[in-house]
Amino acid sequence: MFLTMEHLNKTYPGGKVAVEDFNLEIEKGEFICFIGTSGSGKTTTMRMINRMLSQTSGTIKLNGEDIGKMDPVKLRRKIGYVIQNIGLMPHMTIRDNITLVPKLLKWPQEKMNQRAKEMIKLVELPEDYLDRYPSELSGGQQQRIGVVRALAANQDLVLMDEPFGALDPITREALQDLVKDLQERLGKTFVFVTHDMDEALKLSTRIVVMDGGKIMQVDTPDGILRHPANEFVENLIGKDRLIQARPSITTVGQVMLKNPISTTPGKSLTDALRLMHEKRVDSLLVTDEANILKGMIGIEDVDYNFNSATSVDDIMNRDIFYVQSNSLIRDTVERILKRGFKNIPVVDDEHRLVGIVTRATLVDIVYDALWGDEEEDEESDNIHHGTDKTPVSGASQTDAKGGDQG
Amino acid sequence: MANMNMLQQLIYYYQQNGAYVLSQFSRHFLISIYGVLFAAVIGIPIGIFIAHHSKLSATVIAIANVIQTVPSLAMLSIIMIGLGLGVNTVIVTVFLYALLPIIKNTYTGMLNVDPSVLDSGKGMGMTRWQVLRIVELPLSLSVIMAGLRNALVLEIGITAIGTFVGAGGLGDIIIRGTNATDGGAIILAGALPTALMAIISDLVLGWIEKKADPTQKKA
Ligand SMILES: Nc1ncnc2c1ncn2[C@@H]1O[C@H](COP(=O)(O)OP(=O)(O)OP(=O)(O)O)[C@@H](O)[C@H]1O
Ligand SMILES: [Mg+2]
Repeated sequence: MFLTMEHLNKTYPGGKVAVEDFNLEIEKGEFICFIGTSGSGKTTTMRMINRMLSQTSGTIKLNGEDIGKMDPVKLRRKIGYVIQNIGLMPHMTIRDNITLVPKLLKWPQEKMNQRAKEMIKLVELPEDYLDRYPSELSGGQQQRIGVVRALAANQDLVLMDEPFGALDPITREALQDLVKDLQERLGKTFVFVTHDMDEALKLSTRIVVMDGGKIMQVDTPDGILRHPANEFVENLIGKDRLIQARPSITTVGQVMLKNPISTTPGKSLTDALRLMHEKRVDSLLVTDEANILKGMIGIEDVDYNFNSATSVDDIMNRDIFYVQSNSLIRDTVERILKRGFKNIPVVDDEHRLVGIVTRATLVDIVYDALWGDEEEDEESDNIHHGTDKTPVSGASQTDAKGGDQG
Repeated sequence: MANMNMLQQLIYYYQQNGAYVLSQFSRHFLISIYGVLFAAVIGIPIGIFIAHHSKLSATVIAIANVIQTVPSLAMLSIIMIGLGLGVNTVIVTVFLYALLPIIKNTYTGMLNVDPSVLDSGKGMGMTRWQVLRIVELPLSLSVIMAGLRNALVLEIGITAIGTFVGAGGLGDIIIRGTNATDGGAIILAGALPTALMAIISDLVLGWIEKKADPTQKKA
């Protein structure tokens, strides 16, 4: 285990209990978000990790080693830290700010210059900003420097305390993408405090929900959305997100129609037309003998080419839009709606045709996402045999629904 | 001399006693500078210390305040009882008066450093000494400089009364003037360089102070 926190307690002088029996194991490469109301102990917990605060009781181990037995100065140089208020050194250039920890670690000058250039490029600021002073940068630009300053010495573990507060949504998103990328690509471990549930859901591998110094729930973003542990977590997530969460965890395979009407390239147009007439559809999917999706023909194609062409192969449209059955509705529904397709074939991993999403299916999904909640009470009686009437049963309902169709 | 106007008298005095005035001028200046330097050597560390131990700050500043309220002539006499006549008595007096502005400004300068900057410095792995050297001192330098400037200007005035304990300096010339009949020009001959010294010191240190101000930093 990379970072272990066991039975952490923190009581401030004066008796304020800020953290109570905090237990968490973090693996290397995880992105952990602490979220909770103001004063719930997020900063306090985070600051115990780099010994900016000492816990009243409990142990923290980094790579199996008790940090209480390490030299705090050396420990802090190994851990990137972005404090709640950025805290750039106003009397130092951006270059010196970025390379502060490398300098403490006595890197050679050449390497530090190199590093400063890499870092400023990472946050997409021009290189000549390196010679500026913090007061000559905008608030958002300063915040970006604060973020890369915590990464400059190649720290494996990075602590960030609300690093993206007070940023415009575009810059915020760019920085979120940046840290997420660093975690995914370079395997850095992040402990990240935020007030913003969307941010937590977007970035985390696991979310730690805190209230009054205690952990309310630790789970993946999907886990938290599907099964909020208690009312506090539900409220923190918010009703809107719980509703939105439903399409977000449903896969295409769960909502598609299972018996798409298909034909094979070798069939004649007469056969194809007869099939359309019989099944009352205006288009046919084309697959080979192994059921691999090859293309699609529409009634227009048949009409225009009935005299000139003979087989389905001659007229079928090979360049078609399709989706994977295990992809999430969340990721696909908008794409489908935007492109205005009528019918979208669904394939499995081996490109075999397994289903079709029609406009009618999409209507169901959107309807569910927006209003599904209101019918919940009646439905949940059937599904849960009247035992569960909590407002959150929405999440499990989706499961049940997927099950019905699948 | 009587038929010359004040300005002519003054010029005449400088022509006749140029070397004497110059030597008193430098003596005066050195006394003030020594006093301020000693006060800085003692006062800045005290200021730093009380900034880190805020419980002591009220007491220390109160003591320095009391020293400041003693009239300078009285202070000079009291110290003379211990150290006798001579330049050392003046330097000690100057030292004591310089303590308050220096301690106070160092203390204020240190307290004014943005706590989040200190926090990030510590959080990135600076030792206490490094936080002081790399963050706190550079950021409070301009306020400390302002303290030194106040002190020096104040001391140049106080040094002028050092003549009463036989320390020399421009005060000597002024006293000569007061003892002479029609000594207005001689008084001026001593007072003018004293004022000039104070003004120039003020300007020069003010310039350095501005240079040291981190909020004025521009690429
Ligand atoms: N130095 C301190 N002395 C006494 N109490 C403190 C101190 N620092 C924090 N607290 C208290 O401990 C509790 C937890 O504080 P903490 O800063 O960890 O909250 P937080 O979750 O980070 O809040 P926020 O989201 O507002 O930053 C709060 O009730 C706070 O008032
Ligand atoms: Mg906080």
